[in-house]
Amino acid sequence: MAIILAFSNAVPAHADDHEETPAAEEEAGPVDDYLELLEAQGEYAPAYDFFTTSMLWTVIAAALVFLMHLGFATLESGLCQKKNTVNILFKNVFIISIGVLTYAFFGFNTHYPGDFNGWFSWGGMIGDLNADGGSTWGYGGLGLAMTGFGDFIFQAMFAATGATIVSGAVAERVKLSAFMIFAVLFVGVAYPVAGSWHWGGGVLADIGFKDFAGSTVVHAFGGFGALACVMVLGPRRGKYTENGIKPIPAHNFPLAAIGVFLLMFGWYGFNGGSVLSAEPGALGLVFTTTTLAACAGALGAMFTSWFALKKPDLSMALNGILAGLVGITANADVVSVGSAILIGLIAGIIVVFAITFFDKSKIDDPVGAISVHGVCGIWGTLAVAIFADGFDFMVQLKGALLVSIFAFVFAYIVFTVLKAIMGVRVSEEEEDRGLDITEHGQEAYTN
Amino acid sequence: MKLIKAVIKPFKLEEVKDALSEIGVEGMTVSEVKGFGRQKGHTEIYRGSEYTVDFLPKVKIEIGVADDLTDKVVDAIVGAAQTGKIGDGKIFILPMEECVRIRTGEKGDEAL
Repeated sequence: MAIILAFSNAVPAHADDHEETPAAEEEAGPVDDYLELLEAQGEYAPAYDFFTTSMLWTVIAAALVFLMHLGFATLESGLCQKKNTVNILFKNVFIISIGVLTYAFFGFNTHYPGDFNGWFSWGGMIGDLNADGGSTWGYGGLGLAMTGFGDFIFQAMFAATGATIVSGAVAERVKLSAFMIFAVLFVGVAYPVAGSWHWGGGVLADIGFKDFAGSTVVHAFGGFGALACVMVLGPRRGKYTENGIKPIPAHNFPLAAIGVFLLMFGWYGFNGGSVLSAEPGALGLVFTTTTLAACAGALGAMFTSWFALKKPDLSMALNGILAGLVGITANADVVSVGSAILIGLIAGIIVVFAITFFDKSKIDDPVGAISVHGVCGIWGTLAVAIFADGFDFMVQLKGALLVSIFAFVFAYIVFTVLKAIMGVRVSEEEEDRGLDITEHGQEAYTN
Repeated sequence: MKLIKAVIKPFKLEEVKDALSEIGVEGMTVSEVKGFGRQKGHTEIYRGSEYTVDFLPKVKIEIGVADDLTDKVVDAIVGAAQTGKIGDGKIFILPMEECVRIRTGEKGDEAL
């Protein structure tokens, strides 16, 4: 009985910290259902089963999100030139590693500070996360049916994503050391601070902002950080000539396609895991809306590129899948099946025009990260208010702009300072020979 | 003795090799090369921007042959590599001063 009492007490406290939206609070279904079940049966077992299943799903979802980093690695290396493959892979290995470590040292507790002023609270290293609740649901109740470590490892996998997005956009000319310093600050400091505004119960949570799994908090954050970096860095040599745009084609489309399918596979963890429990209804809906939006995004980009750019472009089709996924990420748990298709389709159309727009503006983004994550991240966030009831468009717009502008300004300042101190770009000869040889002394493809 | 260098379309290599085997050619050296002739390059498109690929992939076959076999070899290559479309390639026939089989030190026609 003591356990049941502890459990009942724990739920409201954590609902304040972690439940994201008014709608999610109204739904508080799983908790109520199981409280009833407990009362009726007087048994500990059924709720514990739910907790165990949910925790298991959460760690599987964490592993799926981890796999997205392999997807980013192969997609980015495939879409760039072969002379820069080692460099891109090196950056990806660094980002996931440093991302998880900084998240343990201070990111997690900055991201979820508990009661704070709504803007900023610096957190220390994670302690023994099992202390509160141990292996029972004391940590988060049944609405957040996981242990402290489950919560940490799932969120840690998200953390590095912001810098991975930037990595693709600055590829083939960024100086490795400068990028590594930037990545530490971007994933270690900027991401948890921006994340705390929404998921940590800060200013965005207070005004009823809704971003289910991070169209804004993760993707627009990374996309607009990438835009700032590219503006400071400049385009790759030879991309924009007096005679117009000279494309630098992908060196390995099979790798790029593998990357996108891996990302889509991992997205089931990204969105599915963001249910934060194994509640059957929500899981089924989120998996379905996520898949439909991805497929609609692919078709949107395929036919937009075919009609607007004359040819059915594979790189655009691949970006279209990702655009649909980014678009559905903010709203996967609150939109209908039809809305999910529409959200994905529109994201797929937007992404083609965004990519050609940035190209014409001489913003050189080899992988289309700014368009996919930045532009479609904002689209997905606004789509919450357009396609679901009970959300305010202006609140969504405010939230999307606040996080995007913060990421842009943070990245712009850090990159400008790095440029002044140590330079952010390799020399022209190094760029021509490729970063694999000049930065690493290694080639990706030898005999 | 003649050195025959034939530059052909890559997908024709198997057919050319078979045709040469049939007339008794026992060895050849093959390289992947790039180049262009009257065919010029072609246009490709990436993310909405067109660009020209000037150098097209080709395969170069090198065969040393005895003088009396030269015409048969050339005919076999032409017969197997021809598609009738632009870009089928060229055959260059050069006089060859000497040929040595490294394993035995044999020289001349014996070494071919």
